[in-house]
Amino acid sequence: MTTVIQVTGLSKLFRLHHVRMLSAKERILRAGRTPHEDFWALRDIDLDVQEGETVGILGHNGSGKSTLLKCVAGILKPTTGEVRIKGRVASLLELGAGFHPDLTGRENVYINASFLGIPRKEIERHFDDIVAFAELEQFIDQQVKYYSSGMFVRLGFAVAINVDPDVLLVDEVLAVGDEVFQKKCLDRVDAFQREGRTILFVTHSADLVRRICNRAVVLHHGQMVANGSPGESIRIFREHLHGVLDDTPSLVARDLPGDVKITAVHLEHPGRPDRPYLFAGEPLTIAVELDAVTDVDDPVVAIEVHDTQGNKIYAADTDVLGQPLPPLRGRTRVAFHIPSVPLLDGAYPLVIHVKDRHQGRLLAFREQQDAFEVVNPSRVDGSVLLPVTVTVDERAGA
Amino acid sequence: MSTAVSGPDLQIVAPRQPVAGHLRDLWRYRELFGQLVRKELKVRYKSSALGFVWSMLNPLFLLAVYTLVFSILGAAFENFPIWLLTGLLMWNFFASSLTNGTNSITGNAYLVAKVRFPREILPVASVGASLVHFFLQAIVLVAVLVVIRHPVDWAYLWLTVPSMLALILLAAALGIMLSALNAYARDTGHLLELLLLAWFFLTPILYPYQLVANKLEGRGWPTWLPLLNPVTDLVIAVQRGVYGTAAVTREGTVGSTTTTLLPDESVWWYFRNVAIVAAVALVLFLLAIKLFDKAEGNFAEVL
Repeated sequence: MTTVIQVTGLSKLFRLHHVRMLSAKERILRAGRTPHEDFWALRDIDLDVQEGETVGILGHNGSGKSTLLKCVAGILKPTTGEVRIKGRVASLLELGAGFHPDLTGRENVYINASFLGIPRKEIERHFDDIVAFAELEQFIDQQVKYYSSGMFVRLGFAVAINVDPDVLLVDEVLAVGDEVFQKKCLDRVDAFQREGRTILFVTHSADLVRRICNRAVVLHHGQMVANGSPGESIRIFREHLHGVLDDTPSLVARDLPGDVKITAVHLEHPGRPDRPYLFAGEPLTIAVELDAVTDVDDPVVAIEVHDTQGNKIYAADTDVLGQPLPPLRGRTRVAFHIPSVPLLDGAYPLVIHVKDRHQGRLLAFREQQDAFEVVNPSRVDGSVLLPVTVTVDERAGA
Repeated sequence: MSTAVSGPDLQIVAPRQPVAGHLRDLWRYRELFGQLVRKELKVRYKSSALGFVWSMLNPLFLLAVYTLVFSILGAAFENFPIWLLTGLLMWNFFASSLTNGTNSITGNAYLVAKVRFPREILPVASVGASLVHFFLQAIVLVAVLVVIRHPVDWAYLWLTVPSMLALILLAAALGIMLSALNAYARDTGHLLELLLLAWFFLTPILYPYQLVANKLEGRGWPTWLPLLNPVTDLVIAVQRGVYGTAAVTREGTVGSTTTTLLPDESVWWYFRNVAIVAAVALVLFLLAIKLFDKAEGNFAEVL
């Protein structure tokens, strides 16, 4: 295997100047030196990408992932270290990057392609493909300032992938455009992979990484914290995300001034306490601790499992589950056992409430405080863990 | 697994790039150079009805104004329009190369911040676009020469080629330096405007070179002093060929008076001056690339 992209000891320092706080007098006194803060956007990154690999760079906003891609693309010069790339590199870092608004689509295609160092003759050969892919036949001779943002992206993407690049650098752009075009782009990416071309792309979509990458790296505060299989990297990415989420104060807590309080909810799974998440298919116990101030004769405890979009994906209560509760007096623990969580990646918020069956009164309610998170270590994609196996019988048709 | 990446199609992104690498890149991206020149011209004339004609009308108009004013002042001499147009074309090329070159990095921020290419190609493309204008305007000059059957001096006329080459190199060198400077301090463009104004009058375009040289001689100052302005060396070399003579003789009633306009020197004297300027311009050009290399690392951030 040949190495196509080699990043060695790459660091990038940004100097943030605080110019606005200076008066003219201060400026003269400081003789042009403005106060500044040094900020290392990247610290000692080493990364080798082999020919034909698709590598995803995962990271949160400000993690340095886009800076890394810009350094690889040669748009930013590193402070130390270097990047070596072999072959023709096409980059798609921003929508319509390099398009001049006053020029027509046609003129911009030629200029855009010549940024890749491609001779005019070769562009002419690809021109029709580019226009057809972008679906802009009618608009190609219009100034691009009249294009919609979707048309912009389509043209930019069409140029980048139709000029026969060896290496494609992509930053989030796949997320733009309508679904049909996205599908088309992903199909083209698949074709690229089959043709053995190299793709390096930046995203914060774990799903996309799982879907198209052979490998993923995770950046966190400018440092590379993971470099391995997509599943493993996504797990580490989630962990760092967790670190971020834990800092945010917990949200709505609705304790009804009533007879019963939900004092705690424990999420128990075999990974505790080493990891806060569970793997797809692992067992989970949701244990609800109740404290009844006055006696409740006929209680019902209900749970709801939501996804992050707020869709209810499961709801049940103790009655429905065939386990009527005895009257509540003092402290009680009610546990819901899931022998194998049949979900793939994601965070799943829980809603728990306690009702009085006879009077239909809501006694206690707890939401947005508890959630469990599932990490899918395998390469299957989707949202539900179906226990699928494959059999092959070569003689079945005979 | 980390075998060093190498090969002919290798690209390296590093904090510094040697001058030779920059030159190689400029050559490799010559196609882009053509596209950028075309772009600059297209954008400039996008919504104008006359388009390129403007670039020819501009010197004609200046020519008319200057000729009128100088005739009224009595400062015009024989074939003054030819004299003026020759210097003016060269100056226009030089000045617009520098002005547009200075703004080329800041004005193309949308490219610099988002696309990879050798950035120094932007000021160089400004020189290229100015050169296209120079040729268009030169058509006007040649037409005038042909129409009035002006006697050019063929023995000196070939100096136009090395002079223009030296001027292109000089303009590119300064354009590259100024563009980098302007990315950090936008005052550069404004300062340049003033400097160019002074520089214009320091160059013998509106007046004959010898006028100044004679005055210096009268005061016992060295006459080569004005030749320290590199543009002067180039302009007088071209004037000598196009204008066709170093001195004009006017027949009066008492006899003839001869006015020397240009140094009465051999073609090699002129060529030597041009060669020195070319050598200086070459050194400046290499220096400019070195300076540019140091500056460009933060372009994407400062823009």
